[in-house]
Amino acid sequence: MKTPPLLSVKNLSVAFKSEKQHRAVSGVSFNVNQGECVAIVGESGSGKSLTALSVIRLLPYPDAFHPTGKVLFDGIDLGTASGHELRSIRNKRIGFIFQDPLTSLNPLHTIGKQVAEVLMLHQGMNIKQALSQTLELLTHVRLRDARNRLDAYPHELSGGERQRVMIAIAIANKPDLLIADEPTTSLDVTVQAQVLDILVGLQKKFKMALLIISHDLTLVEQVADRVLVMHQGKIVEEGGVFSVLNNPKKEYTKALINAVPKGFAKKLKSTDEKEPLLNVKHLSVTFKRESKGVFKKDRNFSALSNISLSIGKGETLGLVGESGSGKSTLAFSIVKLLKYQGDVVFCGHKISEMSRRKFREIRPDLQLVFQDPYSSLNPKFTIEEIVSEGLTIHDKKLDDRARARKIEEAFLAVHLPKDVGKRFPHELSGGQRQRVAIARAIILKPKLIVLDEPTSALDLSIQKDMLDILITLQKEYGTSYLFISHDLRVIKAISHRVIVMHKGRIIETGDARDVFLRPKKQYTKELMKAAFLT
Amino acid sequence: MKSVFTREKIDKFRSKKRSVWALYFLMVTFGISLCAEFIANDTPIYIRYNSKHYFPTFKKYMETEFGGTFESETNYRDRYVQELIEKRGWMLWPPIRYSYNTINYDLKVPVPSAPSQENWLGTDDQGRDLLARLIYAYRFSIVFGLSVMLLSVCFGFFIGALQGYFGGYIDVFLQRFTEVWAGLPLIFLLITVSALVRLGFLPLVIIIASFKWMLVVPIVRAEFLRARNFDYVKAAKVMGLPSLKIIYKHILPNILSAPLTLIPFLLITSITLLATIDFLGFIPPFGPPSLGEILNQGKNNLYAPWIGITGFLALTSLLTALIFVGEGIRDSFRVQSHMDGEVL
Repeated sequence: MKTPPLLSVKNLSVAFKSEKQHRAVSGVSFNVNQGECVAIVGESGSGKSLTALSVIRLLPYPDAFHPTGKVLFDGIDLGTASGHELRSIRNKRIGFIFQDPLTSLNPLHTIGKQVAEVLMLHQGMNIKQALSQTLELLTHVRLRDARNRLDAYPHELSGGERQRVMIAIAIANKPDLLIADEPTTSLDVTVQAQVLDILVGLQKKFKMALLIISHDLTLVEQVADRVLVMHQGKIVEEGGVFSVLNNPKKEYTKALINAVPKGFAKKLKSTDEKEPLLNVKHLSVTFKRESKGVFKKDRNFSALSNISLSIGKGETLGLVGESGSGKSTLAFSIVKLLKYQGDVVFCGHKISEMSRRKFREIRPDLQLVFQDPYSSLNPKFTIEEIVSEGLTIHDKKLDDRARARKIEEAFLAVHLPKDVGKRFPHELSGGQRQRVAIARAIILKPKLIVLDEPTSALDLSIQKDMLDILITLQKEYGTSYLFISHDLRVIKAISHRVIVMHKGRIIETGDARDVFLRPKKQYTKELMKAAFLT
Repeated sequence: MKSVFTREKIDKFRSKKRSVWALYFLMVTFGISLCAEFIANDTPIYIRYNSKHYFPTFKKYMETEFGGTFESETNYRDRYVQELIEKRGWMLWPPIRYSYNTINYDLKVPVPSAPSQENWLGTDDQGRDLLARLIYAYRFSIVFGLSVMLLSVCFGFFIGALQGYFGGYIDVFLQRFTEVWAGLPLIFLLITVSALVRLGFLPLVIIIASFKWMLVVPIVRAEFLRARNFDYVKAAKVMGLPSLKIIYKHILPNILSAPLTLIPFLLITSITLLATIDFLGFIPPFGPPSLGEILNQGKNNLYAPWIGITGFLALTSLLTALIFVGEGIRDSFRVQSHMDGEVL
């Protein structure tokens, strides 16, 4: 062998004192060589983040502990290193980028100060040197107008810009190893591409080793040299990125790769019905923002302007856009959770002008599924109570027998076990919860379901199940969907027609194949490129 | 199944020894005072006379019933009457043979008399047994506090829910109203009102509760403001559930913990307030004594320290126990972070 590996993890296990019998990570071994990019891929709960965190000993010790294993970094055993030694290694030799740039920067300090602090701490620079070095770093991470923004506070930066600052901090001391824990997950697709580009560029430039943790296989394919697939705390498969992703040997890896949504939705049979199920015309939403001065006029912020769309029976309309583009606002307006201007006609009823009381009778036909299955279920209700709530409101005459049958049907439709009814939301996994949310929506046999990022909080394989369930339901009941997502691959796999939104306006609309294969507008083209589809 | 959450909280409360003991103390003392009529009374609990049953605690009997001469209510403390009854039966006395307003005319010493075998804690300046008065006062204080608490919690929850859930003008209007209302000085108001009319138990409870509800509102309002944006609340709206049902079914059970922790402390302030106004003597005595009135007597008769000490100990032990219980409840509702570990 040549030079010894930079980082060598040997038979590492992680367990928590509160759950002694269960090992969150068990017997993981891998090496990271100088200048190499290694990716750890896995679903949530597979222990990938725990593995990364235990490398720099950032787990909540002493509750967490390592029953077995060693972490050797450049010959130093990090497991037995003292606090002082660890501090000198962290950031100086091992940089770390966290997932959420919103919470990993201190909101009370300027970004310049936060970057400079690292330099002063580890390289003993004075403030002047540190600031000039900071400026250079921020130019490296391509922060726009860096010179004038040293004094900016984190809240003045967008998510992508904050993540750039985080990267600047992580590379400030030219570490030998950079660990990035889902560095782009909370960012928009176009920003994701840029941040990734920066990360890889810097890695090449400074010849750092990069350990990247991700659930996104497309991303991994772009950047990594080697990939480790983790599942339930163990490494399932390991190898060169090309061979693993194109020629997986293990069942789990195959399933994971297959779970990436592919292809287009089946074409709809053309129907004779001329009247669409939902017809939205010139819908606008403005939010009032109170002005700072007493005598100044209130400024209005236009969240949606002049949106027109229609959805036919049994059709799926995909709605794509980055965060802040007004996707959720549109969803909430259509189900009348928000005030809006414009006309909305649903099933021949002009619901935009209906009173709340009258609209209540139409509610069962128009349902909404939320993004986060953790917050959309009342924690004090049993699953059965949650799912059957719609029945209690709208079908009062139903007797207990028929009711139980309907609940069972709904469980069956979303592939939930029968015995789940007596349990509480906190006893279910994220995927199961989202199934409950869908069961709650479909039990009333709605004509249209508005799905607001229904799969974004879920793992790839569960996401695939979810899409399958939705497609089956559509076939069976002829339900229409308004499917909102920022993930173009998901939209592509399920939608018949697609709308692209940007800053509250519709940029492009058309048949799914046309939009994906022959985008007309520049913005759409960029979006497609960023999502690695072209 | 639902008790999973409750059990967790009970277990947490149980692990706090201090709070548990305080709760036992309160339960025992309040339990005793609840049956005050059977513990301290000037009538026997039960009389067996001429093979017939008599329950003088609940029913009044004429003296002639027991072979006496007067056609008036029997005075069981009368030695003559006692002899009459014991001739043809027997009677069961409560452990303390005085009610709160029974005056001990047999005292050999001037009132207030020091603790003796007959009057365990002595008597007050009108020759009434202090222990009997204390038991009744204890019950009165707690019942009063509970009533104020219940009323203000109901009202406070209602107003807070309205403000938080609907927001907008309702919120602004009620907030301004509350601010103006809170500006009224409660004690002065009570003094003024009590000078004009004789205040009974219920009017007093209502007046005090009409101020105490404002303590509950901000917390309930804030919790509702937070909860109305929860996804499951929105989901219920989409489902077509009417607002009142959403408030009752979806929001209330999930936000209870924060306002609940306040309730024991509300009880404490109510009891203290009653003691204060009674101590100042602004409430004309109606029926049973209160702890404040005992304290007032203690102040007026400084040479009879047993009165003051009794009142002081009773009030402080009651309030201390309530605070401990309140702390226990507050801590058992607090969500503890799982990441308590130390990071190197």
